[in-house]
Formats: sequence, C-alpha cells, structure tokens
Amino acid sequence: MDLELIITSFPKLLGATLITLKLLSASLFFGLILGLFFAILRLNKNKLVSGFAYGYSYLFRGTPLLVQIFIIYFGLGQIEYLRTTFLWTILKEPYWCAIIAFSLNTGAYTSEILRSAFETIKPGVIEAGRSLGLNKVFIFTKIQIPIAIKQSLPAYGNEIILMLKGTSLASTVTLMDITGVAKFIISTTFRPVEVFIIAGSIYLFITFLVHNLIKYLEKKYRYQ
Amino acid sequence: MDLISFGDNGWGDELFVAALMTIAVAITAMLIGFLFALIFTPLKLSKYKILNLIANSYTTVVRGVPELLVIYLFFFGGSGAIMYVAQIFGYYDYIEINAFITGATSIGIISGAYSTEVFRGAIQSIDKGQFEACHVLGLKKYIYFFKVIMPQMLRLAIPNLSNVWQITLKDTSLISVTGLVEIMRQSYIAAGSTRDPLFFYSFAALLYLILTFLSMKLINRLEKNYSRGY
Repeated sequence: MDLELIITSFPKLLGATLITLKLLSASLFFGLILGLFFAILRLNKNKLVSGFAYGYSYLFRGTPLLVQIFIIYFGLGQIEYLRTTFLWTILKEPYWCAIIAFSLNTGAYTSEILRSAFETIKPGVIEAGRSLGLNKVFIFTKIQIPIAIKQSLPAYGNEIILMLKGTSLASTVTLMDITGVAKFIISTTFRPVEVFIIAGSIYLFITFLVHNLIKYLEKKYRYQ
Repeated sequence: MDLISFGDNGWGDELFVAALMTIAVAITAMLIGFLFALIFTPLKLSKYKILNLIANSYTTVVRGVPELLVIYLFFFGGSGAIMYVAQIFGYYDYIEINAFITGATSIGIISGAYSTEVFRGAIQSIDKGQFEACHVLGLKKYIYFFKVIMPQMLRLAIPNLSNVWQITLKDTSLISVTGLVEIMRQSYIAAGSTRDPLFFYSFAALLYLILTFLSMKLINRLEKNYSRGY
C-alpha cells in the first residue's frame, strides 16, 4: 500500500469528479425530457407512434452504451454533410458527444420507467378528474405526472446510479472524468489497487448521496 | 456489403468469430457470477452479522463502482496479484494472464453481485411454510435444498436473471479495452483500417441487438418450462 500515492492522487481524482457530475447532471436532465416525451408517445393509441417509441427504447436498451458513444463520436463525423452544418460544432466535441449518447441511453430507460408508472395509475383517478370537468392537459400535468413521479422514484434512483456508472465510459472518448484520470494514474504508476480504492470510494460516496436523496424524496411524497 | 463479406476482402468472418468470442466471454462470466452468488447468497441470508457485512460490502461496492474501473483493476493488477501469491510459494517468473481470463473474471465478479441480489430476493420470497415443512419431514439438507428450495427459487429468479444476463452481455463490450478481440474490439480494428467507423459500429450494434433478441427468446422458453403448474 502506497500511502503517498493515495494522498497525491486524491485531489486529482476529486477534480475529475466535477466532470463526472457535469456529465451526469446534463445527461439526466436531457434524458428525463426524452424519457417523458417517449413515454407519452408510447401510450399513444396510434400503433405507428407507439411502435416508434418502442423501437427507440429497444434499440438503446439492447445495445451497449460503448457502441452508442462510438457511433456518435467516431461514426457521425464520417458523414460529410454533417460537417458543413452547425451541428458539427457540437459533434466535434467529445464532451457533447458523450452527453448526447448518455442522454439517449438514459432516455430509453427512463421512458420505460415512466411508461410503466403511467400504466399503473388507476383509471378511476383520471375519470374522477374528467368528471370534475378538468381538461386533458390539466389532468395530465396535475394528476398523472405527480402520481407517475411518485411511482417511479425507486426505479429512477437505480437509473441514476446506473447512469453514474455509465459516465465512466466518457473516458473512452478522451474525456478526463474520474475513471479517465484513474486510468491515467494507474498506467503511469502501475499501482491499480490504491487508485481503485480512492476512485471507487468517490463513486460509492456519490451513490450513497443519490440513494439517500431518493429515500428522502420517497418519504416526502408518500401517500398520507 | 463488400465490407462484411466472408474471406480476405471483407470483415464478415472476423466479426463472426468476434461475436462467438463475445458469447463465450458472456457465458463464462455468467457462470463465474453464479459461483460468486453461490458463495455470497448464503452469507447474505446468514444470521451472523459479520457474514452479512461481508456479503453486503461485496454487492454494494461492485454495484456502486463503474464496470470499467473494475476491469482496469483486474487488467493492471491481475497479474501482479497472481505473481505476489506465486512468490509466496516460491515461484519468481513473470506470469501473464490472458485477456480472456482477466475479462471473464472481472465481468463475472460484477455479474455475481447482481446474481447474488437476485437469488437472495428469490429465496426470501419463498413461502416460510416450505422451509418448515422440510424441517418437519426431517429431509436431508441437500435434498431439502436441491429438491424443494432450488426449483421454487429458480422459477422466481429466472425473470430477474435474464436482466442480469442482458447486463453481462452488454458489459462484455467493455473488455475491448484490454485488447480481447470481441465484437467491439474487432469493429474498432475494422473501423480503423477501412476508415468506416459509422458502418462498423452500427454493425456491432446490430450484432448486439441480435444477441439480446435471441437470448430473450431462449430465456422466455426456459421461463415457461420452470413455471409449469403455475
């Protein structure tokens, strides 16, 4: 055990935590919007629309995240036309490519979580809203969404933790997040155990925080 | 289409072999995972707090730390650890572990943590009366476990185990960082030499989709088989 290495590499890894957290929060934000959008499409009566949403979620849940990042980072740059549009300013940055891939990935999982939450809402609740003369949008935003959020909190907590672990793949497209820095230190010092302990503890600490936050929210929003 | 033709001009045969490698790694990892689950599930259910603590720290750490980090630990630290043990027994040569073993072990340890949780949940949801009935009948321990608890547990565990299998299958793509030639690594090589990453990575995605689709079909059949009578 090399204590000195632990002490010197701790601040480096802590600095990299910022990038990990940035990646995580950005992808969760966009992922939640995508997830809600596709969950709504999924509940649509039109077979074509719901089929499209199903296809999206099947595609992104059935393939590894690594492939998705590589397609977006290495693959899309190959299309000549894309290079001429403004999209290229985003797609040439590994940071944005990672966020796009993560958002699409977590969006697929989120859409499944929200869909099953919407489906478990008792029809009586919606009928009650309708009989009170509330309009569709009001029922959706004020009744269905709050219930769905409550229902899906535990599953969404798991998804946040999975996404936190997913952000480690950003290191494969040259980003220096916790895993990227950890790999760099390991390959220069050949001390994997010490670095693993620190990097692992940082991840576990974030997991612990997320876990408790979700627990707190679950308690707060529980039915009285 | 030339790119994926079989033979010297295309990458079809290479990618096919790579897909087989992915399957081999995933199955080996899943089996190693079962081995870990077999050790840690009883610890989780044990009445001794210290054993619970050991099993809980295994599942918490492995499920809370990115897979890539675990793979790096084994990739860079694996042969060091083995050599350290070998030196105790008086063996001083350099030992290199091949990428397959490193990859399958690291993915196996990850998949083991998930399997442990699945088995624990399944055993805990078996009706208490079943355990008591075995006790009253005075069944031998292994009959009691293999003939009564195991079949019921498997029925409950299979749907969740199929999730673990999906996770394990997708995690194998991360082993490509160790240089083992599976789907991802082969696509990387092909993409590099043909300068057509879009095609090869999309093709890799398609291969993974086919693998997950086929395995789902197979598992559904297994599930039906184990839920006869329900």
